[in-house]
Amino acid sequence: MVRVIAFVVGVVFAGVLLISLIGNAASYFKSPPAPLAAEEFHKEPRALHLASDGPFGKFDKRQLQRGFQVYSEVCSACHSLKLVSFRDLKELGYNEAEIKKIASDWKTQVPSINPDTGEASTRKALPSDNFPAPFANEVAARAANNNALPPDLSLMTKAREGGAAYVHSLLTGYADQAGYKNEKGEELLKKFPDAKTPENLHFNPYFANLNIAMPPPLTANGQVSYEDGTKPTVDQMATDVAAFLVWTAEPNLESRHAAGLAVAIFLLIASILGYFAYQQIWYEAKRAVRITGPLDPINQAKTRRAKAKQGVAG
Amino acid sequence: MSFSWAKRYEPKHPMMKWLDERLPLPRLVYGAIGGGYPVPRNLNYFWNFGVLAGIFLTIQIITGIVLAMHYYATTDGAFLSVNQLIMRDVNAGWLLRYAHMNGASFFFIVTYIHIFRGLFYGSYKAPRELVWMLGLVIYLLMMATAFMGYVLPWGQMSYWGAQVITGFFSAFPLVGEPIRVWLLGGYAPDQAALTRFFSLHYLLPFVIAAVVILHIWALHIPGSGNPTGVDVKEERDTLPFHPFYTAKDGWFAAAFLLVYALVTYFAPNYLGHPDNYVQANPLATPAHIVPEWYFWPFYAILRSFTVDFILPAKLWGVLAMFLSILLLFLLPWLDKSPVRSGSYRPVFKRFFWLLVVDVVILGYVGGAPISPARIALGQAAAAYYFLHFLVILPLVSAFETPLPLPSSISESVLHGEQAEAAPAGQTKRRGGSTVVAAE
Repeated sequence: MVRVIAFVVGVVFAGVLLISLIGNAASYFKSPPAPLAAEEFHKEPRALHLASDGPFGKFDKRQLQRGFQVYSEVCSACHSLKLVSFRDLKELGYNEAEIKKIASDWKTQVPSINPDTGEASTRKALPSDNFPAPFANEVAARAANNNALPPDLSLMTKAREGGAAYVHSLLTGYADQAGYKNEKGEELLKKFPDAKTPENLHFNPYFANLNIAMPPPLTANGQVSYEDGTKPTVDQMATDVAAFLVWTAEPNLESRHAAGLAVAIFLLIASILGYFAYQQIWYEAKRAVRITGPLDPINQAKTRRAKAKQGVAG
Repeated sequence: MSFSWAKRYEPKHPMMKWLDERLPLPRLVYGAIGGGYPVPRNLNYFWNFGVLAGIFLTIQIITGIVLAMHYYATTDGAFLSVNQLIMRDVNAGWLLRYAHMNGASFFFIVTYIHIFRGLFYGSYKAPRELVWMLGLVIYLLMMATAFMGYVLPWGQMSYWGAQVITGFFSAFPLVGEPIRVWLLGGYAPDQAALTRFFSLHYLLPFVIAAVVILHIWALHIPGSGNPTGVDVKEERDTLPFHPFYTAKDGWFAAAFLLVYALVTYFAPNYLGHPDNYVQANPLATPAHIVPEWYFWPFYAILRSFTVDFILPAKLWGVLAMFLSILLLFLLPWLDKSPVRSGSYRPVFKRFFWLLVVDVVILGYVGGAPISPARIALGQAAAAYYFLHFLVILPLVSAFETPLPLPSSISESVLHGEQAEAAPAGQTKRRGGSTVVAAE
């Protein structure tokens, strides 16, 4: 009875699925879905190699400092970094006095209360504060950015497919839409005349829908002047800020890699020793089975002896 | 324990003796996972995954309890408590969280291998039906726990996953929407939902642990199955669990934990979704809402129903998704073949591997963005899934001619070689072993 009911239920569900399949196929061939500009002209991020890559990766502190400089001079005008605090900059190699100065000189102040009147006010940031957001709230941020909301950057390299490579490609990937061609040589505006970038948006093939609200932030070589003498090309600045955002998203990366190596070595030794212990423990048990079998050397010797005794050739 | 040769616990130390007379806890442990539990001697490495599942449950409970000490179950605080407090400020908080995140994935990897082991070797058949069904109860509880745990960081996928999954209930006419509102404590996931999910996420692992005890208890009545599916007949078919299987499980657990550690330390976010590093925003729907990878096959089944055939497509999808798991409870009665092990069932074996491929396809379809080709592939794969369990398996079990079974576990270990190789001067004994006459 169970199997009869099961048979019927199985046929019904499979049948409905096949009806769905046939219906979909029919409508697909009757009116094939139109190709989308965002699918045919979207680009995957270009490969980016950073010191923090791979299982033995470590941060390049000078690069992180350069990236922090790009963040503070360019990105921080619109983007918050609210999960990171000034004191964390110690890991980039700044000393306490420098951090104190960076905090108190920060262009936005921290919301506070006037100690005399109790009214809302602001104060200079302290090393224990998180980076203050450039806008007081979402409404203010949108009002200043054509109704677009600049996302927080703290976790950006973990919050986007492609991570640091995506950040780097996006920052350097702005292009002129007129005459833009993809790898196949198709021209975007010829194939999709309706895909023209709307006003206040900017064409960038690395962005999911090709049109991003953020204007190109890194526009000219030398936009930031690096103290360590590195040449501030647009590509260098984009690479540095991407590296910095890897650190903000994953500040414990170095200790994670170091701990991981130790744990892996420990477990490797444990499994090897454990394997030998297992072989040792099972040795007698496996022999106890084998000894009755024809291939066991001891058994073969016994067989030979038995044959010899009985005078059987072999 | 049912085997008469199972060793009895004999306390040696006077303190253990004292304890054993008053509370026979050592006796219980000895009989369950010690020298007092005889296990078939021919188990292969697929039998290691039950113990591994227990190890991962323990890892999840321990890391989870410590994480709960630092977690704020509020819609404003949850994301920050996870991504700032735990990941940055708590000592080794990043390790706890990554171990817990990936521990969930590895718990499912281990459980899926364990389930497919059971499917291939007929572990659901008499006399182990209840072992199988209790295992499915554990699996359902795991799914509920994992889903609610994924909501807790209150990222975009947390929020929209909760929205979609609780939305299943609204597919049912009349009662659906009130049930959904009752479950969420509101019309959309919000503070009420988050707090209750946290409460239940803390509770359910202990319920799982309790059902695990029942699962093992029920297993120990007939004893463990084995790759031949042949019953244990005599003492030489078995070995005591300790030290033989503790040693085998021990080294294999270390090796498997090495894989887990490599993922946790070197690719901790590989199995996750980037969108969950964006704080939940009820006003911004992500481009592709996908659940965690271990739900992808079911998500594919859900999305495969696209036609309102008598019932609305969504209701078909939800019914099919529930059915896809519930039908597994009927497996002992759907597959009537007296042969347990797939090794001796040539037709069954082929369909089994087809099912494995089918579920992998469903997983791929469930995780990838929707496209017409993938939807069609998913529909075909989902149809096969139901046909496999509800139509093919009963038919195969009725018409298949199984291969001859070994007469005992010990004989199977000898691979039958002694039959033709029995040398002169030896007599054959029942059970297949040979006796050397000359000795």
